[in-house]
Amino acid sequence: MIKQIIFAALLLLTLGVFAFTVNRILSFFRLTRRTFPVRELGKRFSVMLDVAFGQTKIFRRPVIGFLHALVFWGFCVILIGSIEMVIDGLGGSERALSVLGIVYKIISASGDIFALLVAISIVVFMSRRLFFHIRRFEGVEMKPSTHVDANIALTMILLLMLSLLGMNTFYYERQMMTGELIRGTFPVSGLIAPLFSSLSPATLNTLHEICWWTHILLIFVFANMLPYSKHFHVFMSVPNVFLSRLDPLGKLPKMDNITREVKLMLNPETAYAAPASDIPVERFGVKDVEDVSWKNYFDSLSCTQCGRCTSVCPANITGKLLSPRKVIMDVRARMKEKGPGMVKSGRDFTDNKSLLRDYISEEELWACTTCNACAMECPININHPTLIVDMRRYLVMEEASAPGEIKTVFNNIENNGAPWQFSPEDRLLWAKDLEIKVK
Amino acid sequence: METHKIEIPVMADLFARGEKPEYLFWVGCAGAFDDRYKKVARAFAKILTHLNISFAVLGKEESCTGDPARRAGNEMLYQMQALQNIEILKLYEVRKIITICPHCYNIFKNEYPDLGGHYEVTHYVQFLEPFIRDGRLKSGKSMQETRITYHDPCYLGRANNIYREPRSILKSISGNLVEMKRSKSFALCCGAGGAQMFKEAEKGNKEVFLERTEDALETGAEIIATACPFCMTMMTDGLKYKNKEEEIRNYDIAELIAMDMDL
Repeated sequence: MIKQIIFAALLLLTLGVFAFTVNRILSFFRLTRRTFPVRELGKRFSVMLDVAFGQTKIFRRPVIGFLHALVFWGFCVILIGSIEMVIDGLGGSERALSVLGIVYKIISASGDIFALLVAISIVVFMSRRLFFHIRRFEGVEMKPSTHVDANIALTMILLLMLSLLGMNTFYYERQMMTGELIRGTFPVSGLIAPLFSSLSPATLNTLHEICWWTHILLIFVFANMLPYSKHFHVFMSVPNVFLSRLDPLGKLPKMDNITREVKLMLNPETAYAAPASDIPVERFGVKDVEDVSWKNYFDSLSCTQCGRCTSVCPANITGKLLSPRKVIMDVRARMKEKGPGMVKSGRDFTDNKSLLRDYISEEELWACTTCNACAMECPININHPTLIVDMRRYLVMEEASAPGEIKTVFNNIENNGAPWQFSPEDRLLWAKDLEIKVK
Repeated sequence: METHKIEIPVMADLFARGEKPEYLFWVGCAGAFDDRYKKVARAFAKILTHLNISFAVLGKEESCTGDPARRAGNEMLYQMQALQNIEILKLYEVRKIITICPHCYNIFKNEYPDLGGHYEVTHYVQFLEPFIRDGRLKSGKSMQETRITYHDPCYLGRANNIYREPRSILKSISGNLVEMKRSKSFALCCGAGGAQMFKEAEKGNKEVFLERTEDALETGAEIIATACPFCMTMMTDGLKYKNKEEEIRNYDIAELIAMDMDL
């Protein structure tokens, strides 16, 4: 009974801290702008099944992608086991889900196998980070603290898997020894168990308890660390994929406030017809974190800094400053910096800094070719180019700031309808003296 | 061999005569003004004429779609261009548009609908591929042995998932189509998109177009095929930088079709 009370208290504490974090994050989301509406749920479910559960985009790098897929699928299966542990912890039961019969045998067997596969994958991931120079784990945005963050998360996952295997092993061996019914199937732990056959049932029971508590407490701690870590993607990536922008990659979102202005310019008579007072005055484009959309912020919380985007960016490959990963990470960091002030003192709060310039320089923004390689590569459908263009929109339309050649292009398009300085009168010269062979 | 002069039909003239073509051939600024790309516009016009397609161009009434302005952040200028173009297209009751530039294609297909411009838009590789498949456009078999590699323009490939058609056309022309190490959705940009074409690149250690030209050179191809005016400028520049412009040629797919068929 005492065990149940302690467990319930710890669970409450975990949920309490988690609720605090969720509330904090929600208050940041309230600062962001609206963007596309979340419609077409059917299509969203299929994208989620494909990209998130099918891991299709992570498989664009087949070898390491496969290891990640094992970790992901493993987590899905092991999650069921964790729910069972909560039930057991509260109810004082042991392996409560075994009432499911054959289904439980499948769940427990796959959980047991996946625990080993995940552990192996994690060891590979850690050694890649520690012993190899993988280019995409490097870059200006990858500070020592980012690597510490990654290694802590990987260590915790490894401990989670080891404690799970230990729990299964000691459970199996204890039941074997006492001749009691073994609930579930344990292909991996069943093989390890005989190694401990010299221990007494009481010792096995203690070891089982230690592993059980270690595992569940690690989950409680891990769950509350994640929202402050890059590994928040454990929670955020599946919803982020569900909330993907469904438009073709080539399409940029339209700015409705500009459409109103342009229509006024092209047809001034409507100027008096449209009451402007009910439309909130909004900055054109993105200067700071309150100008980003909820989806940009969602992207930034979901990003696990894998760097696939940056590794395919033509600008980054050729040594330019732009790194799409950095742009996304900067949104999260800037919200962390400015968000609390805005939540407290309102949206007008200023710290005399901004996402543009203090975090993301003009040089970075102008290096983008909008080729969409980053968005294509992102395993969880983060969209970087729309945000980059939104920041260019601020520069161009609020500050009239752009590289000189680009300003010339604007002038040419405005004056003669082409990016180059040619007269529209000459638009048919290409067709002069055109002949086709008659056969 | 005899030749026959082609007069490119202009929308305003046809309308004055009470005629309405089926397709608008949107030439684009590069097709109209870039000396190299004019040849591509001419090649495609020859193919359209050869196929007896009912088409016309806007001529002097054509204006930039607004793509470089939009991607450089000038939404205001983009929307002004777009709304004016939409008015012109409405005037001529245009329903079907063929473009040679992938950027024009993308903007008509994906972005003009937001401003009320709805058209059936095809890029010329999509338009011509069925003719090649069913034999109405027949390869002259003049380049069967030629090693060709294809550079995917970002705005056909990743932006709009058009990977099959250009390859299908090139396979009909040559039995020796080779892929670069980065191709299809993995293709590296030529470096010109997002209005980069018109400005100096930011400081770095290499030009994007050189990185991409090296991909193409690695394949040992004699011809680098493209289907975008910006990609063409970049790849041609790359070949010049590498002093390869004598041995390796850069052609647009439309030119390759016209050459292969000896139009």
